[in-house]
Amino acid sequence: MQDPEITPELIESHGLKPDEYERILEIIGREPSFTELGIFSAMWNEHCSYKSSKKWLRTLPTDGPQVICGPGENAGIVDIGDGQAVVFKMESHNHPSYIEPYQGAATGVGGILRDVFTMGARPIAAMNSLSFGEVDHPRTKRLVHGVVEGIGGYGNCFGVPTVGGEVRFHPAYNGNCLVNAFAAGLADADKIFYSAASGVGMPVVYLGAKTGRDGVGGATMASAEFDDTIEEKRPTVQVGDPFTEKRLMEATLELMQTGAVISIQDMGAAGLTCSAVEMGDKGKLGVRLDLEKVPCREEGMTAYEMMLSESQERMLMVLRPEKEAEARAVFDKWDLDFAIVGETIAEDRFLIMHHNEAKADLPLSKLSSEAPEYDRPWVETPAADPLGDVPQIDPIDGLRALICSPNYAAKQWVYEQYDTMVMADTARTPGLGAGIVRVHDSGKLLAFTSDVTPRYVKANPVEGGKQAVAEAYRNLTAVGATPLATTDNLNFGNPEKPEIMGQFVGAIKGIGAACSALNMPIVSGNVSLYNETDGQGILPTPTIGAVGLIASEADVIGTTVREGHVALLVGETSGHLGQSALLAEVFNREDGDAPRVDLEAEKRNGDFIRANRALITACTDLSDGGLALAAFELAEGSGVGVHLDSGATDVLFGEDQGRYLIACNFDQAEALMIEAGKAGVPISSVGRFTGDSVRFDGVDAPLAELSALYRSSFEQTLG
Amino acid sequence: MRAAVVVFPGSNCDRDLAVAFQREGFAVDMVWHKETALPDGVDIVGVPGGFSYGDYLRCGAIAAQSPICQAVLAHTGRGGYALGVCNGFQVLTETGILPGALLRNAGLKYICKTVGLRVETTDSAFTGGYAKGQEIAIPIAHHDGNYFADEATLETLRGDDRIAFTYTDNPNGSVGDIAGILSDNRRVLGMMPHPERAADPGHGGTDGAAFFRALGGLLAPA
Repeated sequence: MQDPEITPELIESHGLKPDEYERILEIIGREPSFTELGIFSAMWNEHCSYKSSKKWLRTLPTDGPQVICGPGENAGIVDIGDGQAVVFKMESHNHPSYIEPYQGAATGVGGILRDVFTMGARPIAAMNSLSFGEVDHPRTKRLVHGVVEGIGGYGNCFGVPTVGGEVRFHPAYNGNCLVNAFAAGLADADKIFYSAASGVGMPVVYLGAKTGRDGVGGATMASAEFDDTIEEKRPTVQVGDPFTEKRLMEATLELMQTGAVISIQDMGAAGLTCSAVEMGDKGKLGVRLDLEKVPCREEGMTAYEMMLSESQERMLMVLRPEKEAEARAVFDKWDLDFAIVGETIAEDRFLIMHHNEAKADLPLSKLSSEAPEYDRPWVETPAADPLGDVPQIDPIDGLRALICSPNYAAKQWVYEQYDTMVMADTARTPGLGAGIVRVHDSGKLLAFTSDVTPRYVKANPVEGGKQAVAEAYRNLTAVGATPLATTDNLNFGNPEKPEIMGQFVGAIKGIGAACSALNMPIVSGNVSLYNETDGQGILPTPTIGAVGLIASEADVIGTTVREGHVALLVGETSGHLGQSALLAEVFNREDGDAPRVDLEAEKRNGDFIRANRALITACTDLSDGGLALAAFELAEGSGVGVHLDSGATDVLFGEDQGRYLIACNFDQAEALMIEAGKAGVPISSVGRFTGDSVRFDGVDAPLAELSALYRSSFEQTLG
Repeated sequence: MRAAVVVFPGSNCDRDLAVAFQREGFAVDMVWHKETALPDGVDIVGVPGGFSYGDYLRCGAIAAQSPICQAVLAHTGRGGYALGVCNGFQVLTETGILPGALLRNAGLKYICKTVGLRVETTDSAFTGGYAKGQEIAIPIAHHDGNYFADEATLETLRGDDRIAFTYTDNPNGSVGDIAGILSDNRRVLGMMPHPERAADPGHGGTDGAAFFRALGGLLAPA
């Protein structure tokens, strides 16, 4: 087949701007071949190059004594003691999931799992953060069903427990849903594998599934806005095969035991191109590939297609040649392809041969080092208008409105479609706060949470960015965990618009400040820009995934409340209703500023909870829906009623930060009050868990009735 | 006491089942699906949960043709004990060792949650640690757990007291609320729920512990 001629239209359809094309001409001093154009487009798109975000990502705190490896590898690595490490990352699969929800979401899970086991870690927990358009938008229900089934279909078969996540609905996501997938794995701290190649003339080996035409151009697609032609983009979405992924994981981990691996990299976005360039670039080596040796699923694939295919469940590794037979035997055992497709070379060269014809011959290091980097113009998000009057409402009506909204209703319709217990180490399944898994046979546990409140970020990117981290910190704290580190999945609109770039910059500043103050460095992450359809951007959604450590089962703080327990509120309440869930759900208003995050108070209050965990029977953090929703959720989970003293709208539904609700007996409460006094932590008794009703200052409703609403409304609306 | 746990490439509850056996004192051999024989001296073979060969076809259909399943058939044919959990139950029905079939859940969705089971018979090595009629809480996690058998088979199962567990609140449409059944010699049990996920206090529930304890007690050398 004749390669097409390089025309301005072809360049544009590869997502390359005219000045970026000029840069290519400068670097190679000639017109690129079709395959070379494809390679540049794959390396220089937003998704792979982070060209709009790099400048700001560099400002994030990424260090700490607990950090073994920060951003830049496939996933971040954090020390959890005893020679063990947790390896984790979160990544978006937004655009593919909107086009083809089942496969888009499934391969999002597959991609993040690969990022983790590529480093030598066995995945032990997964989460997902999902944002959909308004509930009655014609696409929403289909997207919810497809995405949830896709996540379950992949993760359940692969065999990793899904222990947490979020689901939200807002009209701003009507044209762009968000699917952010998190995975964490466990590795020995001294047996971690990296991507940098070393040694000249070392065999480059292709592992895993065969290459097909699926996903060609996927990363470029994911770096563009949508319009009404998206149906035509369905073929750019990859198709997942979790059974093959499971075998690839087992084979890869087994291979690593043989000592055959010099370096290894999974094939994710832009497949063979990105993985080969990454390994060469990090090792300061060139790479030659002979494409006729690549195992293909289809006949007659061109060099261009092979280099840009995003077929799933594939890896590339640099092999210690004397171990070839041993390595090959592992892949034979698991019935997976193992093919030597090239070698490392001394020159700075990315040479792609196909049937003895050079299809691409490029300076390898320039593909990443010379990638464009933009200092995009940005404008600070203007201060939010002050909050208008909020009328007092019947507090039970307010609670009803929240628990009937799919945003705050129980999500068991979603998480019961995920295997939350495979590996038989899950200590806390999803439902309330962070998920917990045991570190097999070690006595330790890890807690996982994913958080962001996009309407806060929109109103005030800096405070909203801080809040996402602070809420993750609180969710980990509430189960007794010490927060270790963070991964960020930054979902925004078109960065070429200064207002959107301003949201991005503001959120990064807030996230950075909070991660520093709370000692939760960012160790990995992903940026997803251009989440816009027909010029309409999403709510800025910097999802924070965070991991915490619990030393032993005895240190876990529970969620079971008992009849007669005192309800204690930790933290300061001012009754901040701006941008609150109540305002949005009851009054259909999104006004006022986001709540301010006092990072010192967050730290102090969190330390107080951990230091006094022996006195705390049950605990939850306060976030959306404030005290009323937190108290209801804690009560409902144990089937015990709750009576709060206040009936005031701002006290019950305000979303001041840095707060926790505790349930404990009277003696424990007394002791906690004394300890709080010593630590300078605000604490007050706000009511009692008792009976079979929910009562706010005399207004009440039967717990059973509210519980039925809470448990059924999600399915009724979206099932 | 020796247990063998079959490992298909897509098994993902193999370790969980092995741990549950080991907790009750079994020595456990993990047996690869390409093997044609079980290790000598195996008292019980466990077929674990997971997705044997991906189960893109009918769950367990390909696994039933695997080399190791011929060895499992020979073992049960000699009167050996076998336990199939979840995908393992599907595999045992596909091999014909147990009657009936597991269809798509009535709601057509995967379901993972802890459900109530009723112990229908205590007359087996697996259920001897429970009281008849006892209600226990055990997790399920499956997409195809809707047990079906024709009326004649059901009559036989009922008449011979071979229904081991029923659901107290049927989650998947299984005929007669059936969650687990025994073979005619009562030495093979297939069940969709996962007792190995409720076997130690860290799981949040321990109702599955009695299951493995009974097995350990019965198979322990005298």
